[in-house]
Amino acid sequence: MTSVPPISRDSAPASWTPGGASAPDLPPAGPHLRQVHDSFHGDLLEVSMGPHHPSTHGVFRMVVTLDGETIVKLKPVFGYLHRNHEKLGENTTYLASMPYTDRLDYLNSMTNNWAYALAVEKLAGLTVPERAEYLRIILAELSRLLNHTCLAGFLLHDCGTSGTPLMYAFRERERILDLFESLSGSRMMCNFQRFGGCRTDASPEWLDAARRLVDGYGRFLDEFEALITGNEIVMARLQGSGILRPALAISAGVTGPMLRASGVDYDLRRVDGYGLYPRFDFRIPLGAHGDTYDRYMIRVLEMRESLKILRPALRDIPAGPVLDPKTKLRGFRPKPGEAYGRLEGPKGEIGFYLVSDGTPNPYRYRVRPPSFINLTILEDLCLGHTVADAVIILGSVDIVLGEVDR
Amino acid sequence: MTSAMESPEQIRGRLLTRFPDAAVAVVANPGPAAQHSLLLDPTRAVEIAAFLRDDPALRLDFCSNVTGLDWPEREVIETIKKTVPLSPVTGAAAAGATAPGPSAEPATKIVEEKIKRLQPGCLEVVYHLYSMALKHGPVILRLRTGNRADQVSLPSLTPIWRSCEFQEREVFDLFGVVFRGHPDLRRILMWDEFRDHPMRKDYVEPDDYEWEPTPHEAVLAKARAHYPTPAPGAPAAPAP
Repeated sequence: MTSVPPISRDSAPASWTPGGASAPDLPPAGPHLRQVHDSFHGDLLEVSMGPHHPSTHGVFRMVVTLDGETIVKLKPVFGYLHRNHEKLGENTTYLASMPYTDRLDYLNSMTNNWAYALAVEKLAGLTVPERAEYLRIILAELSRLLNHTCLAGFLLHDCGTSGTPLMYAFRERERILDLFESLSGSRMMCNFQRFGGCRTDASPEWLDAARRLVDGYGRFLDEFEALITGNEIVMARLQGSGILRPALAISAGVTGPMLRASGVDYDLRRVDGYGLYPRFDFRIPLGAHGDTYDRYMIRVLEMRESLKILRPALRDIPAGPVLDPKTKLRGFRPKPGEAYGRLEGPKGEIGFYLVSDGTPNPYRYRVRPPSFINLTILEDLCLGHTVADAVIILGSVDIVLGEVDR
Repeated sequence: MTSAMESPEQIRGRLLTRFPDAAVAVVANPGPAAQHSLLLDPTRAVEIAAFLRDDPALRLDFCSNVTGLDWPEREVIETIKKTVPLSPVTGAAAAGATAPGPSAEPATKIVEEKIKRLQPGCLEVVYHLYSMALKHGPVILRLRTGNRADQVSLPSLTPIWRSCEFQEREVFDLFGVVFRGHPDLRRILMWDEFRDHPMRKDYVEPDDYEWEPTPHEAVLAKARAHYPTPAPGAPAAPAP
């Protein structure tokens, strides 16, 4: 019994040339092989992936040029969800833009609200009561837990785990969303922060519920990691794909967990020290390889650090007002000037640039969207990889199209 | 801020010693944020940006935010205080009442005069720079175009900071600033066939967003040319 070698381009006889110009007259020696038509190789194929592809996390499109299955060019196309958020902001008052910020990164309305409130507070020179600062940190860190948990679930879903880790992640997500709902009245569109504080106060029962959640979250992370982190298939799939070098990450303005996965120590909670973050003791995990696995791992480690912030914050939250009584919410007119306020959102640096001309509406209202800017290097990450890898790399970038398209 | 950074005035001084022929001005921010910015000469902006990125005391390696601002042409009313001599008639009348000495100085008064001045419009691009290496910032750069109509070109800073790539495309898309030297200047949020720049202050929304030139129009025009409609008053075609 003779074994027949697989038919491929390499198994054609050496004397055979594509095009058949000098095809040999004699049949080749050895087992008979079907001649493989070779002009196929070298042709490039352009595939428009999205905007309705389920792996693109919304209405994102990639125009991918393929050589075989290898990506040689990738151009992201977006704007399908564009509603000119910044123009809407110019045409409404400062306060009326607050609910619109919920719709940017709709997983993290709490940090969007805070970033906008921070920029307005810089613009108008407002102060925030201490209880509100604590509440903001609690909500921002819960939001980070929520985002990173969802991201890990989505990423594994993109790998083809058929939803099981995603359902584990969504179970925990709903617990956090229940807390948000009981505090702000809405699961996702919280509209909770105000200039100079927060909209409502947290009851002792709410704080107890948050403590219980935080106490149980470590156990969920242990369970999740036991399933995923050391899994052989996950490691084989994620390690070494989409490597982002630190120099490129800095130049391309990549921020957030993606930047730190490449080993750059830059966390605005530490660098800017906004809010009361300098009071809390937490570490900033850094990646060593900058690959997709590091980007997954950084998120898991950041969740554990968030728990380290949440426990003392929930323990030490002082009594007092949550809104500066001098703050004027209605008829708010900041003096002419401009301000850029930014903070460390779960996806990266979310910033608001506001220009005031003394009227009730901002003259210019600009959102610095982290996931939009993190997409700058998507092509660099995906070159040389297959389409299936591009899906995972995009999943590890962590985009939300509400923010990318604005 | 972990390390003290130079003030915009100090940076301006160093830029002027390094680039003596470049125009650099500090734009003051009157608000409580006090984030003052540097207005750069667009012709030297790329060199200045490279200097800011590589200078060991600044190392502004991270361009966080790039955005546009539209300043339409507007009328500014300025109040100027002028010293004018009193007219002889009124001066004499006043003098007659109080009887001053003959050696009194020529009487003057301060008059406030309002002047209307047309301030030319421009488009402005704002860059917020930070340093990841030294963990300080921001340094804010501004570039201004000549006007809002035909001189809307500015140098692209994408060769210096890659993060400008998409953001400058967005400024081009929404404000209409054309960046010279940008590797891939296309619309990014609006569709390619879109004509106007929606973030400009004088942008007028179309009546019908759904309207788009479709092949049907061309086909209909061709059909009309082929089967000309009968002139009014002409006898109707006989029934078969």
